[in-house]
Amino acid sequence: MNLLVFAVLASAAVLAALGVILSKSAIRSALSLVLNFMLLAILYFTLHSETLGVLQVVVYTGAIMVLFLFVIMLLSTQGNINLTESRDVKKIVGGLAGISLAALIGVQIYLPLASVPAPQFHAPQPIGPSYGAPEPLGLALFTRYGYPFETVSLLLMIGIVGSIMLAKRRVR
Amino acid sequence: MTGVPLIGYLALSILMFCIGAVGVVIRRNPIVIFMCIELMLNAANLAFLSFARYQPWKPAVGQIPTVNAYDVRGQVMVVFVMAVAAAEVAVGLGILMAIFRLRDRVDVDDLNTLSG
Amino acid sequence: MKSVWDWILDHQLALAIVKAIVWILPIFVVMPLTIWLERRLLGWMQDRLGPNRVGPFGLLQPVADGAKLFFKEEILPKGIDLLSYILAPAIMLIPPLTIGAVVPFAAPNSPLAILTPVSDINVGVLYVMAMSSIGAYGLVLAGYSGNNKYSLMGGLRASAQLISYELAMGTSIACVAMAVGTLKVSSIVSAQQTSFYGIPNVWIHNWTIFSPFGFLAFVIFLICMVAETNRPPFDLPEAENELVAGYHTEYSSMKFASFYMGEYLGMLVFGTVLASLFLGGYDFLPIDWKMMALHNSGTAPFANFMERITIDFGPVFLLAKAVGLVVFYIWIRATLPRLRYDQLMNLGWKVLLPAATGNLILISAWIVTTTQYGVGAGWGLVFAVFVIAAIVVTLYRRQKKQTSPQFEARTIRMVQLKPHVEEAVDQGSDPTNAEVVPS
Repeated sequence: MNLLVFAVLASAAVLAALGVILSKSAIRSALSLVLNFMLLAILYFTLHSETLGVLQVVVYTGAIMVLFLFVIMLLSTQGNINLTESRDVKKIVGGLAGISLAALIGVQIYLPLASVPAPQFHAPQPIGPSYGAPEPLGLALFTRYGYPFETVSLLLMIGIVGSIMLAKRRVR
Repeated sequence: MTGVPLIGYLALSILMFCIGAVGVVIRRNPIVIFMCIELMLNAANLAFLSFARYQPWKPAVGQIPTVNAYDVRGQVMVVFVMAVAAAEVAVGLGILMAIFRLRDRVDVDDLNTLSG
Repeated sequence: MKSVWDWILDHQLALAIVKAIVWILPIFVVMPLTIWLERRLLGWMQDRLGPNRVGPFGLLQPVADGAKLFFKEEILPKGIDLLSYILAPAIMLIPPLTIGAVVPFAAPNSPLAILTPVSDINVGVLYVMAMSSIGAYGLVLAGYSGNNKYSLMGGLRASAQLISYELAMGTSIACVAMAVGTLKVSSIVSAQQTSFYGIPNVWIHNWTIFSPFGFLAFVIFLICMVAETNRPPFDLPEAENELVAGYHTEYSSMKFASFYMGEYLGMLVFGTVLASLFLGGYDFLPIDWKMMALHNSGTAPFANFMERITIDFGPVFLLAKAVGLVVFYIWIRATLPRLRYDQLMNLGWKVLLPAATGNLILISAWIVTTTQYGVGAGWGLVFAVFVIAAIVVTLYRRQKKQTSPQFEARTIRMVQLKPHVEEAVDQGSDPTNAEVVPS
């Protein structure tokens, strides 16, 4: 039963991912990606990381993809911009390379990891919040991973400043 | 989810990653290329989370496990990936808008002014 | 009957469905009433009647409107993107129907407690944020699919507005979550049932809005909520005098009705969220009736009666708070003109977001000082911050006044006046027969 649910979710996610690269219009690609991210959020829930599942929806579908849609729509209002694909020289080569890459990685990891058992907490459950709750995650972020956390915040700051500088119209 | 082997999640992750990589190679619209990069990052996130969930979990003997006992390295990594992806998208889309302002056609193959 | 109920209690899925229906149905009952209320109240505020023909006081007007919309012809414009055209109204209904899942509507000791909340997840507040952000897709897709430039601009405005105001909203929610120390909505509500500021033996409840930080967060959340639900004065995505009807220009019949319904459902559901986060949720009044009866025994019968009512009629009070909020929405709709686009962005990014972030920093400083040095130090900190803020604001005002005198009066003048007339205008007097020289 669980396997069936997983199979449905996973195949839908793969189809959505294929939709991203195969659809003609950029907006369809973006919508496929949104669908893929929502399915990923559900898969995160099945992995018991509910905080990250909700964060996935907030960050990716709520912010990043809306930004993508915003830019696509903004560009399509500004006159006749050619956003369609013109030639397909590399498509076959690229597809073959992708399939071979997948096969290569798959062969590499299948043998050592095929027999990994399903997770079970064979020891007593910890007291308090569960594995995917925000508390353990926040605790780790602010204590053991404090330095990388601050670095990432610095990176985000630089990103904000950079995008403002790029987007600003220069007044002559 | 019980009953699903680790290899199932990993297969999904690999497929998504490869689809993203193929997309970066074959598409010529920079916005779609950005989306494909997001797809690859998310494939990596899925791999992180599934490994984090499926690793054997053994608290020290005789110790009462608390919240600290969870191994949250995978989840922390995913948080960082999300933050970096957000920064990347902000800057990347800013660059795209700047390019659009200079020329009315964004085909990555046409952006070769710097190649001499 | 008993056996059916037992069967439902035994089956998680059935129980969840029952819970969801119990949550959704009252909202759907109240929704037409709020539509009627809005039109009548607006009529009263604008000195006209409003709908009063159908039924007593026009109460059946929403029903008549719904029937009319249901039987209208469905028009599909040419050149639309059919998939997104059909998806958009459906997506618009997702946030109002899903957000309520984490909002509890009855106290844990009431008979209804088993039915609420639908799912008490430990990331409840984040879930509210996530679901409300999905609403942006409805607007964007509706704007994109209509094959209409005005719709597209409405969709663009909507996405920019939602992204901007979600930030401030999330930060103000984070203030509450940080002060309470949890992301569970039910815990946030029950934390507001404790005594005022943690002082023992006080019969006032500690609603979030009573603390200074909580009040600031409440104001920010309220403004952002108006922006999130696209209500006036933040209804730029559907500004009728600029964009026809914005993103839903090309919609008709039931598809338009679902946009309309989504707006009112969203207002009500966001109202319940706001009531839960800031106004004590299902609590009737911020009064601990038991403690009141202990303090002066003369009021004991009244207090016991009120406590009974408070516990038994929790859902009614929650809905009443939401409706009160809708009345507030209508009031500001009748009072304030629509913002300009740059004013909207300035308000979101330069006022609300810094205020919410400052509030967050203050709360964290408060938590650190009170846990390290006690409550007195915390209040000292608040006082110091207030004094410094007052000084900075005063200095800034004075600086601004000195640097740009009468800036606006000069910029709007389109024609050149004679020197003496100009002087008179600058000094504030009104030259009645000023001679105008074309420049």
